Amino acid sequence: MDLGFLIEIIPRLAAGVPTTLLLVAQSLALGFALAVVVALVRLQPNPLGAGAAYGFVYVFRATPLLVQIFLIYYGSGQFRPVLEDLGVWVLFRDAWFCAVLALTLNTAAYTSEIIRAGLQSVPLGQIEAGRAVGMSRLQLFRRVTFPLAVRQALPAYGNEVILMVKASSLASTITILEITGIAKTIIAASFRPVEVFVVAGAFYLAINFVATRAVRFAEHRLATASAPTRAPAAPTRQLAATR
Amino acid sequence: MDLSLLAWGDAGWGDQMARGAVVTILVAIAAYALGVVIGAGLAAMKLAPLAPLRWFAELYTTVIRGIPELLVIYLVFFGGGTALRAIASGMFGYDGYIELPIFVTGTICLAVSAGAYSAEVIRGAVQVVPKGQLEAAVAVGMSRPQRLRRILVPQVARHALPGLGNVWQLTLKDTSLISVIGLVEIMRQAAVAAGSTKEPFTFYLVAAVLYLGLTSLSNRGFDAAERWANKGVRRA
Amino acid sequence: MSLKYFAGLAAGLVLASQVAAQEWDTIRVASEGAYAPWNFTNAQGELDGFEIELMRELCARMDAECELVSQAWDGMIPALLGGRYDAIMAGMSITDERREVIAFSRPYATTPAIFVAPADSALAAAGLPETRVDLAEVSDEEQALIDQLRTLVDGRTVGVQTATIHENFLRESMGDVTIRTYDTQENLDLDLQAGRIDVALADQSGWQPLLEGEAGDDFTRVGPGFSGGVFGEGVGVGLRQEDTALKEKFDGAIQAALEDGTVSELAVKWFGFDTAATP
Repeated sequence: MDLGFLIEIIPRLAAGVPTTLLLVAQSLALGFALAVVVALVRLQPNPLGAGAAYGFVYVFRATPLLVQIFLIYYGSGQFRPVLEDLGVWVLFRDAWFCAVLALTLNTAAYTSEIIRAGLQSVPLGQIEAGRAVGMSRLQLFRRVTFPLAVRQALPAYGNEVILMVKASSLASTITILEITGIAKTIIAASFRPVEVFVVAGAFYLAINFVATRAVRFAEHRLATASAPTRAPAAPTRQLAATR
Repeated sequence: MDLSLLAWGDAGWGDQMARGAVVTILVAIAAYALGVVIGAGLAAMKLAPLAPLRWFAELYTTVIRGIPELLVIYLVFFGGGTALRAIASGMFGYDGYIELPIFVTGTICLAVSAGAYSAEVIRGAVQVVPKGQLEAAVAVGMSRPQRLRRILVPQVARHALPGLGNVWQLTLKDTSLISVIGLVEIMRQAAVAAGSTKEPFTFYLVAAVLYLGLTSLSNRGFDAAERWANKGVRRA
Repeated sequence: MSLKYFAGLAAGLVLASQVAAQEWDTIRVASEGAYAPWNFTNAQGELDGFEIELMRELCARMDAECELVSQAWDGMIPALLGGRYDAIMAGMSITDERREVIAFSRPYATTPAIFVAPADSALAAAGLPETRVDLAEVSDEEQALIDQLRTLVDGRTVGVQTATIHENFLRESMGDVTIRTYDTQENLDLDLQAGRIDVALADQSGWQPLLEGEAGDDFTRVGPGFSGGVFGEGVGVGLRQEDTALKEKFDGAIQAALEDGTVSELAVKWFGFDTAATP
């Protein structure tokens, strides 16, 4: 290991940190909103809507993210005339948009399952109590069901955040120079993979450490003395629960 | 979209894509098997009384699970040859070149991650087995191998199966990443065909369908395995 | 599995490469398979192209058995150093930067680097002369042409293959452009067609499939072809620095193939023009 080289590449790789963070933040925010919609559609009684939502979740969790990214980025190029007619080519032309779109759809599929589990965990008694005091359906969702579901889902969502930080590295395969993209460029020019791995890896670990702490802090804030504590669930296998 | 591009034989890419799928399956199985072995070793270290062993295993799983797989692959791929030659020259005094077949390199890349994830699964499963059962086995005079074979392994296997199923799905999907090091599996084959025919959507869609089929199939396999492992377990 | 087994395995590996290192009667040659017509993968899934045929020709002249290895461009040099194969024939230009890490045979081909842009773009409309500029000795006239080109591409998005001499040239000589880097020429072509980049710089021969393919009329060459200077002396066989005997064998075979016109023949077959280096 060459310490001088290691120090030399720290600023170069640090330049990719804001890009990684922005990519993750945008995708998580959009993905969470989409996930709530998907989870609600899956839980509503209309079989057609529920089936479509299930199909979306299934396909995005059963295929590699890399395929999804390439399908959206390089695949859209094959339909450029059509997309131009629709006026959406300006969006697909942009690598950043394609990366955020792929990551958003992907995290939405995983997150919707987390939210669905959270919604289903809300004790029936709480909902009945809300009805008893005369809450409307919207009020009930906003004040009772959703907050309780989010609290229940937080630990699993924390895990999803870390998976997204890691997943954002795949944006490097479609010309976006975030941490991994810069790392690859340096390796290709210097042939020194170990130093690059140490520095880039340290940045990712630091990001994930902060993210984990943030989620724990949120859990702590949301946990109240009256909250029902649940025994940890037995391990179950979900379809492709990991990315 | 021109479906004749997917024809079998010399005119189309159908047979190449199928061959890519076979490579994907083989490398996933090899990496998964190696990963579970690494995971079992790490789990044993995590439960060991010796602190440095525990520290090492914790460090390994924390680092590998916190870093993108793509970075790990670049490290193993670009750094693996150098490390191998350092070992050869340090331990065997050989200073020439040794190579690992690309398939082996790809397998190791993926097994490094699979090991970290399965370590957590296996440790969790071991801890579920009540201590009293092992004590009872000692009391009735079972030997160590007997205790392992009759008490620990069947129960750990049952509890670990769902988690190990997840690790398999992860490994299977991660095989797409090793296309960057040139192993001609589904993804690399799709990229080559996409570039050659200028129909990227067609070929990445084919790739997606192949992965979808593989995950769905293996999911059924694990369902069956879980049913088998849970035979004789009373449901509450 | 026992320790003995591992020891046997290790010994086998060691032995296999030792024999190769001494005799060079078998040589493992790597190519990319994504850089037509230099090298590409055909619908039979086999490596094919100018360099693949040239390799067979050279191996016959060296009296060696050659084994083809497919390798992605990004890992081309590391895997050579790591011993996956012994030689690279993948349209790799000889540069000082690469010479620090690996050795090269004498060049077997030279082709200029050119910019390509959509035919209906402002770049194409400028109508710059399509001369050849040797960056090793630039005349005032040629410098004016380079400056003109620089003004034209200023502020645009330019595509280039990762870790190539073309990328170096863009960074050093083309001022304020947004550079997008690609793993393969094929992905670069796809994105130029998709309009994600305004213009791209690559080897003239690398442009053949796009310019002569179905979409060829939509794209055109812009300005002069560059060679020399940062673009190096041409394309050669990449080798490990310590394998001097192998370099001598390749040098001899290439020299002979250049002198008797074999390389020119192959070049005309694959490129449509003579890319052979001067013998």
